[in-house]
Amino acid sequence: MVNALTDAPSETNEKRVTQSGEIVFEGVSKSFTAESVPAVDGISFRVAAGDLVVLLGPSGCGKTTLLKMVNRLYEPSQGKIWLGGQEIHTLPINDLRRQIGYVIQQVGLFPHMTIGKNISVVPRLLGWDEDRTRERVEMLLELIGLPASYLSRYPRQLSGGEQQRVGLARALAADPEILLMDEPFAAVDAMNRERLQGELLELHCKLNTTILFVTHDVEEAFRLADKIIVMRAGKLVQYGTPIEIVTQPANEFIEELVDTKNILRRLSLVNVHSVLKAKENLSAETFPSKPVEKDTPVLHPEDDLRSVLSLLLSSGSDPLEVVNSSGEILGNVGFTDLRNMLYSSQTTEMNKCNELLD
Amino acid sequence: MNLLQDAYQYFLQNQSFFWQATREHLILSFSALGISLLIALPIGIWIAKHEKSAQVVINVFNAFRVIPSLAILFLALPYLGLGFVPSLAALTVLAFPPVLINTYAGIRGVDAFVIEAASGMGMTESQVLAQIEIPLAIPAIVTGIRIASVEVISSATLASFIGGGGLGDFITRGFALFNVPIMLVGAVPVALLALSSELFWSLLLKRYPAAGN
Repeated sequence: MVNALTDAPSETNEKRVTQSGEIVFEGVSKSFTAESVPAVDGISFRVAAGDLVVLLGPSGCGKTTLLKMVNRLYEPSQGKIWLGGQEIHTLPINDLRRQIGYVIQQVGLFPHMTIGKNISVVPRLLGWDEDRTRERVEMLLELIGLPASYLSRYPRQLSGGEQQRVGLARALAADPEILLMDEPFAAVDAMNRERLQGELLELHCKLNTTILFVTHDVEEAFRLADKIIVMRAGKLVQYGTPIEIVTQPANEFIEELVDTKNILRRLSLVNVHSVLKAKENLSAETFPSKPVEKDTPVLHPEDDLRSVLSLLLSSGSDPLEVVNSSGEILGNVGFTDLRNMLYSSQTTEMNKCNELLD
Repeated sequence: MNLLQDAYQYFLQNQSFFWQATREHLILSFSALGISLLIALPIGIWIAKHEKSAQVVINVFNAFRVIPSLAILFLALPYLGLGFVPSLAALTVLAFPPVLINTYAGIRGVDAFVIEAASGMGMTESQVLAQIEIPLAIPAIVTGIRIASVEVISSATLASFIGGGGLGDFITRGFALFNVPIMLVGAVPVALLALSSELFWSLLLKRYPAAGN
């Protein structure tokens, strides 16, 4: 299934205007004429292809404005935006948009179209033939975990969570390199939200699409992100991995935002996936996979470190294996890793003290 | 009861005249409705896209509606003469406002987020209009047509005053002769036609997928 997802048949006449999912912002500002303060103020950053980057900040900080400049729903007042090495204003606007998946909080499914028609909007715009479109739609429906009988239903017959899944499937329909998500789970109830977040992470691993995800929910940001861009009043405050943000907050605003003084809170924001990623970067050490004992609990990539701590304490084993949804062992996480994570923050705190003493 | 029996008697005696009047009535009504749709639908869509001109256009057509239909008939008389054409013109003007306003309101009423999703996915402006906005405005537009059709069918009785024919002929004749049964031969079928038109458009709308929202 993974292959079917990523191998978009290339024999069709559709134009791929971008080559990869890399996103680069270069000094981008946006002022709306009515306001004197720019909504987005001189922002530069680079998102590597395949990363899930969360734009985090309080409402009105410009994160949605930033997102909407990527698919040109807003035009920047200044600066350049590059997708896959091409400045977006050199590309035909609708070709660009058809290659960027777009999911919004209100879902925006077309109420007069069946689920099948909704999902196949972009393939039809691109002129895919019927067989290919139908195949793709059925595959996406399976991917988001809805039965094929839903194809002929109308959006109003679905629950909020199901509608947002369809919204996601619709955004993925033409196999985009880039997915823009604007607070997609904000209107979904807490239980469904957590499920949707888990599903999104799984999807992201399967598809390797670059995702820009806007949220004001700190937990959600830390749960999902490979990297987080923290914004405030139109400016980029910090851009880093969840661990970097928790352990080396750039300023008091971020300390307050993630409540970094509280150790348990700090642990609850970082998940196992991020720790494994950080460990990969530190050493190329491989983990000999020993058979997992029956009674030993295992960790999942999306677990947060606070629950890891409680599992470590209650099970008495250290370290614990990390297992993904298909049962493969991805690595392990133990007390040392937790301590390292907290320790690295202490060093920064010491640095800060040194700075103060200087 | 006697009135109805007398009216039925009159109907039986004047069947050919009755059916011809009904045919005239329907032709007049449908033509007026058809012409006003041809003009009001595009204008309604256009003003929905050009907010600034919307109020002006709507007010102009509403002003026409304030003028009584009968007055329009007689105002048209010097220019269009007697008979079918001036009647058609008056009824067309009458059908305009509901169609125009409902088309405008229907398109303006489409959820902004649906439009944003559509254009964010790479639909051109005309694709958004044709595939999203107009289909979603259909319930409002059909409601406008329903209102217009009922108004036109009932007002078409007035055409008789200027020789436009139709079922109004029985009413004017009955009135002139102080004969209520003859008036009923015109009035009852007109009421039935108006009601069935209302029913037809309502049922049609029920079958439309976006109507349940």
